[in-house]
Amino acid sequence: MAKHETPLLDQLESGPWPSFVSDLKQQAEVRAKNEAGIEFQMPQDCCEDLLGVLELSYKHGRTHWKHGGIVGVFGYGGGVIGRYCDQPEMFPGVEAFHTLRVNQPAGKYYTTKYLRDIMELWNRRGSGLTNMHGATGDIVLLGTTTPQLEEIFFELTHRLNQDLGGSGSNLRTPADCLGQSRCEFACYDTQDLCHFLTNEYQDELHRPAFPYKFKFKFDGCPNCCVASIARSDMSFIGTWKDDIRIDQDAVNKYVENDPAYPPEGGAHKGSRDWGEFDIEKEVIDLCPTHCMKFENKKLYIDDANCTRCMHCINVMPRALKPGKETGCSILIGAKAPILDGAQMGSLLVPFMPVNAENDYEEITDLIDKIWDWWMEEAKNRERVGELLKRQGFQKLLEVTELKALPQHVQYPRENPYVFWREDEVPGGFTRDIKEFRKFHQR
Amino acid sequence: MSDLLNDKEAATKAVVDFIKAKSKTKSKFYFKDFAKVFPDDKLRAIKKVINQMVKDEVLEYWSSGSTTMYGLAGQGKQHASEGEE
Repeated sequence: MAKHETPLLDQLESGPWPSFVSDLKQQAEVRAKNEAGIEFQMPQDCCEDLLGVLELSYKHGRTHWKHGGIVGVFGYGGGVIGRYCDQPEMFPGVEAFHTLRVNQPAGKYYTTKYLRDIMELWNRRGSGLTNMHGATGDIVLLGTTTPQLEEIFFELTHRLNQDLGGSGSNLRTPADCLGQSRCEFACYDTQDLCHFLTNEYQDELHRPAFPYKFKFKFDGCPNCCVASIARSDMSFIGTWKDDIRIDQDAVNKYVENDPAYPPEGGAHKGSRDWGEFDIEKEVIDLCPTHCMKFENKKLYIDDANCTRCMHCINVMPRALKPGKETGCSILIGAKAPILDGAQMGSLLVPFMPVNAENDYEEITDLIDKIWDWWMEEAKNRERVGELLKRQGFQKLLEVTELKALPQHVQYPRENPYVFWREDEVPGGFTRDIKEFRKFHQR
Repeated sequence: MSDLLNDKEAATKAVVDFIKAKSKTKSKFYFKDFAKVFPDDKLRAIKKVINQMVKDEVLEYWSSGSTTMYGLAGQGKQHASEGEE
């Protein structure tokens, strides 16, 4: 018999999707039975109380959670998010139910031992409920009490060699795709760059001084599996400078419907009969810039007009590969829709070499310039994308000391007014009137 | 770095005085509010000093999860209402 009746929550289990309500009930049962003999440091029935408070919230149509507070671990200003229930008498198990963010490893590679160790700690000192992974990429540990925070932090750092992630006005935990470890499209080592910047900016990750959150995300290629272009203040997307590599023999194997060359690497095989592969319909006609043609059994790509959409490479991965001169594009200012609506990143650097040998100096230089500008100029709780909108892209180019490039222009002549600064005009704004009159009458 | 920011005791006193002067209306401050205390310094230099004050338990962080604010250690509504200390 459940501790609290939850008719409204029970309805959520009736749909076709896996339900978090079922997960919570399962965990509540596991804790109640405690077959593993865990010495719980958190109320044993916390999951039942969690279900209860959620049911009450649905009934009342209002939240019973209080958000935030003075919770943290010594020396850290992020990684712990305070949650308190405003009905502690009814639901004592979730009176304090803080969230911890744990910095996931680059590429999210885990050993099973590591996961077991984390769960052993979390079942003992927390609710045992997790979110794998949160939107920022962290392992999210849901629900513990204030006295457990330092204990958990000590065990994480001393026994599991594991740090907390970012929250609040911090650099948030950098997140990446698994990059060159498994993916042939990756144009740079996302894991190395992600790991390097995580270490380089430890102070920014743990000690808040930004106007608001700041997120880095790293995608190895323009397929953008991490969706850095939409979800990070500073997005690093792998790209190439030279031409797409074409294996013409392999292209013809695709065209001939050779079974060893299934389109999309066979990804959609079996879901339905897609018919014979048609290079014109499935590749050439879908190229967004129409920069391809297939004539006399030869594929031509006008690379100068390629926008790196990746479609042709995704469809014919055995025939086409990204070029060899690889690096990344850097975009600025994506964010979720709290103010002014959602925003995608704006291209700032079309191509930047990703060079581990000089400790990614070009990248860290750029980051430092952007942070200096944002910290000085942004209002409280203003994301860098909002500052960019408020002060203009030209200002961003100024502070980053970058030259305006055609790639910065989405489409020309949106604004017919050009405002020159005095230092951009030869001779400035003052002029010799006599010299002027030599050429122009009054 | 300005002389004020460089002098740990004077900097701490300036920050505490600044917070106390406003304590009737607020108990929590954005990091950028401290720029007014050290007008001649870069924010990233101020950050080091302010965070040291947190380590020294003069100040403490308050976080909503998305935003972080600073306040005098032990001051403010949160402590009283939550009875944590």
